Amino acid sequence: MGGKVVTISSGKGGVGKTTATANLGISLASLGKKVVVIDADIGLRNLDVIMGLENRIVYDLVDIVEGRSKLRQAMIKHKKFDRLFLIPAAQTRDKMAVSPDDMVKLTDELREDFDYVLIDSPAGIERGFRNALEPADEVLIVTNPEVSSVRDADRIIGLIEAADKGPGRLIINRLKTDLVKKGEMLSSEDVYDILGLTIIGIIPEDELVLSASNSGIPVTLNTQSKAGLAFNNVARRVAGEDVPFMKLDDSPGIFQRLVGLLNGR
Amino acid sequence: MTNLLSRLFGRARKGSGATAKDRLRFVLQHDRINLPPERMEEMKREILAVIVKYLVVDKDRVEIDLEQRDRTHSKLVAEIPVAINTPSSAHNEGAKPALAGEEAQAKAANNGADAEENEADAKPAEKQKPQAAKDEKAEEREKDKPPEESKSKAD
Ligand SMILES: Nc1ncnc2c1ncn2[C@@H]1O[C@H](COP(=O)(O)OP(=O)(O)O)[C@@H](O)[C@H]1O
Ligand SMILES: [Mg+2]
Repeated sequence: MGGKVVTISSGKGGVGKTTATANLGISLASLGKKVVVIDADIGLRNLDVIMGLENRIVYDLVDIVEGRSKLRQAMIKHKKFDRLFLIPAAQTRDKMAVSPDDMVKLTDELREDFDYVLIDSPAGIERGFRNALEPADEVLIVTNPEVSSVRDADRIIGLIEAADKGPGRLIINRLKTDLVKKGEMLSSEDVYDILGLTIIGIIPEDELVLSASNSGIPVTLNTQSKAGLAFNNVARRVAGEDVPFMKLDDSPGIFQRLVGLLNGR
Repeated sequence: MTNLLSRLFGRARKGSGATAKDRLRFVLQHDRINLPPERMEEMKREILAVIVKYLVVDKDRVEIDLEQRDRTHSKLVAEIPVAINTPSSAHNEGAKPALAGEEAQAKAANNGADAEENEADAKPAEKQKPQAAKDEKAEEREKDKPPEESKSKAD
């Protein structure tokens, strides 16, 4: 069946789905994998700017689905990695222009040529989320250590399981270790206790993420960035590598336990 | 001073992170079974209202809680302390006159619960035996009436 389709989802908006998708795409490509990233957030196109590819767009996802463009024509090759491609979202259409079946057909074609197809899911639990979920072999759920984000994550975890796409793995993003130490933020262990999903990545809050999106060069290409390193670790875990969790001055015991959990899978 | 104390004991003090965790646990419990907290309280009141028609209940020690092992396994666990053979159990009789339909319904619910309880009791129920026997008698007495009532209701 070829490549693997990995959907990045969250329920709540603004938690880091697009950031995660861009960085996983880059990291997997730098590991030598052939990767295509799809922006499924139709009407709110963003993955293109985060990856610095906005000025190369000719066709988009809806053009492919409606037959105005061949798949290859719409795929934009990354400037630095010639194994990495982007399929941008349409900016002036709405989510109903694409169906879950369209996404399955599209990804089935892509699986033949690529190792990974990453889908950046829109926020919400409606059509856009369904489009992103339907073709998924695995779902990565991004959450921030914060009540509304964790609550929404729980909601979509339920939907993902109901659609037989579960259990999925968690990316905890924007963890502020100083606040966790003071007891003023949920720790990754707390989030694990509440949601009960395996954690595939813990990404610290990092100002360099903003600089990266300003410049269109994903943070994982910045070797100074802890968030970048953490995203790179997630990519290696996606690729099946057994990577220990990096020390974030969070409660130390947890990392060992999580590694154990990951090994158990 | 308070500042120093809270610095010293800062770790033991409950930070907002712990509050967030408690609040999330609570809200997710209700999200997952799709029953908001107020409706849950309403249900508990209704359950109790049925039980006190038949038994004298120590209302202050009643506990009906949702236990959740994970996202897909929830159970409602009730602990309802019942007074044993005190003079005030005359209250039972006092509670009798109810609408026929209502009582038949209450009876049905009660039977369901008893069936399960008997199964559970079947093994280690030594201590509770006298009470169980009494309950069964009480039940027998009850059994004579409601079928007729529910029949008349069906008509
Ligand atoms: N680890 C992080 N540290 C700091 N800022 C972050 C981090 N992850 C994401 N952000 C910021 O959060 C905002 C939302 O991220 P985005 O990926 O667009 O979320 P989503 O796609 O889920 O809506 C962006 O401004 C992004 O720069
Ligand atoms: Mg986004």
